[in-house]
Amino acid sequence: MLRQNDGNEMSDTRVAAIAAHQLTKCFHAVRAVDGVSFEVRDGEVFGFLGPNGAGKTTTINMLTGLARPTSGSLRILGHDVTRNIKKAQHWMGIVPDESNLYPELDGWENLCFCASLYGIRRREREARARELLEQFGLASVARRRFAAYSKGMKRKLTIAAGIIHRPRILFLDEPTTGIDVASAREIRQRLAGLNQSGTTIFLTTHYIEEAERLCHRIAFLVDGRLVRVDTLANLVQAVQDKHTVELSASGGLRRMRDPLRNAFPAGDFEELSETRMRVHTDRPLPLAPLIRLLEEHEIQVTEARLIRPSLEDVFLEITGLELARMKNDDNRPETKSM
Amino acid sequence: MNGCIAYWGILRKDMRSYYLKPPNISWGLIFPLAWTLMFFIRSETAVDIRSLLPGVMALSILFGTTSMLAVTVTFEKRGRSFERLLLAPISLELLMWAKTSGAVFFGAVNAFVPVVMAAFLADLSGVIWWQLIVAVTLVAISSTFLGLLIAVCVKEVFEAQTFSNFFRFPMVFLCGLFFPIDQLPGPLQPLAYLLPLTYGADLLHEAVQSTGRLPVAVNLAALVGFCLLLFLVSLHRIRQKWIR
Repeated sequence: MLRQNDGNEMSDTRVAAIAAHQLTKCFHAVRAVDGVSFEVRDGEVFGFLGPNGAGKTTTINMLTGLARPTSGSLRILGHDVTRNIKKAQHWMGIVPDESNLYPELDGWENLCFCASLYGIRRREREARARELLEQFGLASVARRRFAAYSKGMKRKLTIAAGIIHRPRILFLDEPTTGIDVASAREIRQRLAGLNQSGTTIFLTTHYIEEAERLCHRIAFLVDGRLVRVDTLANLVQAVQDKHTVELSASGGLRRMRDPLRNAFPAGDFEELSETRMRVHTDRPLPLAPLIRLLEEHEIQVTEARLIRPSLEDVFLEITGLELARMKNDDNRPETKSM
Repeated sequence: MNGCIAYWGILRKDMRSYYLKPPNISWGLIFPLAWTLMFFIRSETAVDIRSLLPGVMALSILFGTTSMLAVTVTFEKRGRSFERLLLAPISLELLMWAKTSGAVFFGAVNAFVPVVMAAFLADLSGVIWWQLIVAVTLVAISSTFLGLLIAVCVKEVFEAQTFSNFFRFPMVFLCGLFFPIDQLPGPLQPLAYLLPLTYGADLLHEAVQSTGRLPVAVNLAALVGFCLLLFLVSLHRIRQKWIR
């Protein structure tokens, strides 16, 4: 069941940048995407998260025109493009999960070529290529062949190629996967800047932290089905009721599992190592008796830290619960799909 | 206008990336020379250069276009750079015409290499030039579209090469370039008329030596028909396989 919450950060009066209704994609008997409906507002960064094989790339392919939906409808900036997406492709920039520019062309030629695909005249495309190479710090390697670029440089140039025609919506599929921390941070800064200048961003990523930093709203896709769309604050609120304390000690925490469980039946004790343990409870946990019990067993607690629920917890909870629910559904004879 | 800029951009990139590379230019020069020399060596009497011209031209086009296009498209598909073209806001028809134009041009230029060579060695005064240009263009387009069809039927570059040869070599021997069609074994004769090169070769024979066997209009109509058929089938396959 999909829970969708609009949040209140953005105006509802704007036309949706993307409006997908019951989008479904079947490959023979397999339903890769199953009746997905969502709206991406003009000017927002919309995160699309899910485990591997959830149908994220298939959904992006349908939204950009590399795949045709089996059923459902799609509107881009208010235009129905379900049957013919060509007219909307001018407004879209696409950065795939692999840097797919031309290895035999240099950086400058790649950008100019990509601009020509959008009908940009020579003078303008050269000016734009120059501007982007400067912006992305690639001006000094503009004449180097793309094949000779580092992974980070390739990624930056691929993003530059995706925005060469100033698209209104930018699709990014795993933009920082496999690149170094400094390049990833620089790319995230560029994306935030692009969004501030009005570009709507549709982002899929495996990095929860990236989604946490960049996205206004996040959708969770599990097994081809959209299970949750919400703002980051609302998503985290859902797991806020859980309290987690991480304890660090001098050692011997493993042997304390049973005594702790007996003394604090409301707690869920997760041993991370001999010296680290997490305690999960539904209510705030009084620490003093717990520390005292450990000290009685000659274990010195060196640190007790409250763990703030993160999007990762939300992700694990939502995807985990949903996958378990689907597994249960599949095991029931009356609902088993053929 | 946007379409024209995109068309020219794709054509220009392909010419620079593939067709104007030194190995391909040398191929365009060496291939017709090698074929002509082969005929010289194997012939016991004096060789009539003009009689060799249609065959050498047809082979130059066929070998210059089919595998080049099949390999370049398959290569770009493998590297996913072809997706970039599919995501461009231009129609699939224009995109594929732009993508094939480079190969058509390359094939046509290859065809005129032996003509330039022959101009120094033989009298070409009786050649019907307009017919020769039309024949070369249509043979280049049909061969290129055959390469396109191969490209959309395979996944790997080596498969593209194998399939190209699978079509090309039977075509070379059945199209009437080396053996007159009426001297082929009975069951093979109808097969010859299912090949676009049969009509192209006949048109070239007619243009160079006035020895065509079929009416020019029939050859032209058949070649245009093959071009349309191959292009439309290729587009259908692309829509089915690449925009799923």
